[in-house]
Amino acid sequence: MAARQETVARVEEIDVDAYKYGFTTDIESEKAPKGLSEDIVRFISAKKNEPDWLTEWRLEAYRRWLTMDEPNWARVKYPPIDYQDLYYYSAPKSTPGPKTLDEVDPELLRTYEKLGIPLREQEILAGVETRKVAVDAVFDSVSVATTFKDELARAGVIFCPISEAVKTHPELVRKYLGSVVPATDNFYATLNSAVFSDGSFVYVPKGVRCPMELSTYFRINEQKTGQFERTLIIADEGSYVSYLEGCTAPKRDENQLHAAVVELVALDDAEIKYSTVQNWYPGDSEGKGGIYNFVTKRGDCRGRNSHISWTQVETGSAITWKYPSCILRGDNSQGEFYSIAVSNGHQQVDSGSKMIHLGRNTRSRIVSKGISAGKSQNTYRGQVSAHRKAEGARNFTQCDSLLIGHECGAHTVPYIESKNPSAQFEHEATTSKISEDQLFYAQQRGLSAEEATALIVNGFVRDVLQQLPMEFAVEAQKLISISLEGSVG
Amino acid sequence: MLEIKNLHVSVGDREILKGLTLTVKDGEVAAIMGPNGTGKSTLSYVISGREGYEVTQGEVLLDGENILELEPHVRAAKGVFLAFQYPVEIPGVATMTFLKAAMNAQRRSRGEEELATPELMKRVKEAAAKLGVSQEMLRRPLNSGFSGGEKKRMDILQMTLLQPRFGILDETDSGLDIDALRVVSEGVNSLRAPNRSFLVITHYQRLLDYIKPDTVHVMAKGAIQRSGGPELALELEERGYQEYLGEEAA
Repeated sequence: MAARQETVARVEEIDVDAYKYGFTTDIESEKAPKGLSEDIVRFISAKKNEPDWLTEWRLEAYRRWLTMDEPNWARVKYPPIDYQDLYYYSAPKSTPGPKTLDEVDPELLRTYEKLGIPLREQEILAGVETRKVAVDAVFDSVSVATTFKDELARAGVIFCPISEAVKTHPELVRKYLGSVVPATDNFYATLNSAVFSDGSFVYVPKGVRCPMELSTYFRINEQKTGQFERTLIIADEGSYVSYLEGCTAPKRDENQLHAAVVELVALDDAEIKYSTVQNWYPGDSEGKGGIYNFVTKRGDCRGRNSHISWTQVETGSAITWKYPSCILRGDNSQGEFYSIAVSNGHQQVDSGSKMIHLGRNTRSRIVSKGISAGKSQNTYRGQVSAHRKAEGARNFTQCDSLLIGHECGAHTVPYIESKNPSAQFEHEATTSKISEDQLFYAQQRGLSAEEATALIVNGFVRDVLQQLPMEFAVEAQKLISISLEGSVG
Repeated sequence: MLEIKNLHVSVGDREILKGLTLTVKDGEVAAIMGPNGTGKSTLSYVISGREGYEVTQGEVLLDGENILELEPHVRAAKGVFLAFQYPVEIPGVATMTFLKAAMNAQRRSRGEEELATPELMKRVKEAAAKLGVSQEMLRRPLNSGFSGGEKKRMDILQMTLLQPRFGILDETDSGLDIDALRVVSEGVNSLRAPNRSFLVITHYQRLLDYIKPDTVHVMAKGAIQRSGGPELALELEERGYQEYLGEEAA
């Protein structure tokens, strides 16, 4: 038994600090001066050659933000953030704007290669040879490359950095930007509206089934730089799109702020599948450093029979504050949220979903799996509500927590509200521990303690993993195992 | 060959095994019989390496090698198999997935090539058919919602697939009806081989009608009190354990 303890101790040593994506890229960058002011907002807007309406939109958000307070209701603890001690804009110097792949700085291409994200169009993810994935790569504040643009354009799909869409498709951006998450929505979303740098823009025209998976990889590189990307996806009538975002950041001793906004709009009979594999740097084993992930994600099922589905696998970040939501406005619309949130070390997660039923016969489903290990705290916070007119609204929520070890915590905070007597809401919650019995049983059959834990955890998250596009499900499964290494013993 | 020499084991402050010595030769089926609470399950856990049991003295040698310092999965790969008194449920993990993981993990530990999925599934299906384990059970999560008899059959299926050197059956008969007992016993009997030995732990003689032991050992007060042939089991059935308990019985 001594040998076993030794092995576990060794794994614990390497564990949390062994964040695979913790390297930095040595590349010259252009930054705005530190701090935030109207001048900085104008600077960012000017850098991107934005039209006046957008500059004004940002400034209004900024002024509003000054009057707002940071939310403090989440079950997370962190020292106050000095918003004047951050850089709000950082761009790799060689790329003032997205170009063709041949013009992208080779150093950047190598960075994405190291991350396992191919920016060469002939390559594809995870060895799946028949499927193509178009990638938009966002490095600090700007998009550095977008692949398969031409092929998508032939199908009529617009997939480009939002900074580019502002110029090439101003009518679409102006119509939909802030229409799901208003500039006044909440402290972080408002901050994002003032200073958002880049992000992806997707428009799928009427009746088009997007011919490939779209994905964006976000990478924070610079020190003391906040990342404020903004993603806007519009699925026009009868269209379909599946989109995946991935996130990594270097290891740094300081905490880095990430305050993104994602807006989805699904019109009549349209469907959007949005998947996230979030692996921001979680901080070291002492809880030092790591990303503050304060994100507002919301989908608007604006049309009849529309369908929005969020799937997320969250293993990174020091603190996670995010509640991907669906506004079920169109009659017969459908919202889904599938989540796996893994926390280890000193990570704190306060995450969940909101399903707001406004239309008739709207349906929603929430399946949340929280796994806590180490000294982490993992809270599910969810809201389900039915408006007066939401005749026949239905929700099913299933919330399962798994504890590994005895120093972590899992919490479930559901808010349920119905103003229509015909609404049917169901909430199920379970909390369990990986039992010594289960671990020993699997070990007795030949699995090491780590393998046994991974197997039991995979069983626990299986029904959510099945929601991910296949090639990413494999990646996500590995990620979960890696982030739980050293959590047993 | 398994040799247990002067084994002393404590849980917390309490000494459970007090100098237990026992040898099980290759090909031998040894039965351990004894009253409840005498440390029979402790013995099976200590051999297989469960945490929480402190060995204060003694050795357990498998083919001459002391295995007490090895992790449970390493012992498993060397051929130690424990059929549990209460097999554990693992929700969400399909039985086939679990079997595959276990078989290949042991092969990896031994430095052998992993089995390809088709070959592996073929082996599982053949073994399952013999034990009356349905295809549908193989798709279900491991032991989840299985009856007591189904769980025991699943354990014997695993034993069949993993081909251990040394199999321990811990109160395998508990909670089984006669039909299930027969199927399970037949499974064990079909595994008897010159290079494989068994330790059958039981409270009642009944199981030994189906699995015929070569040797019978009476365990009480944390040690082996008497050893003999199959006739000893019949004697115990008639006379009970009183004479081995001495003062503790009172």
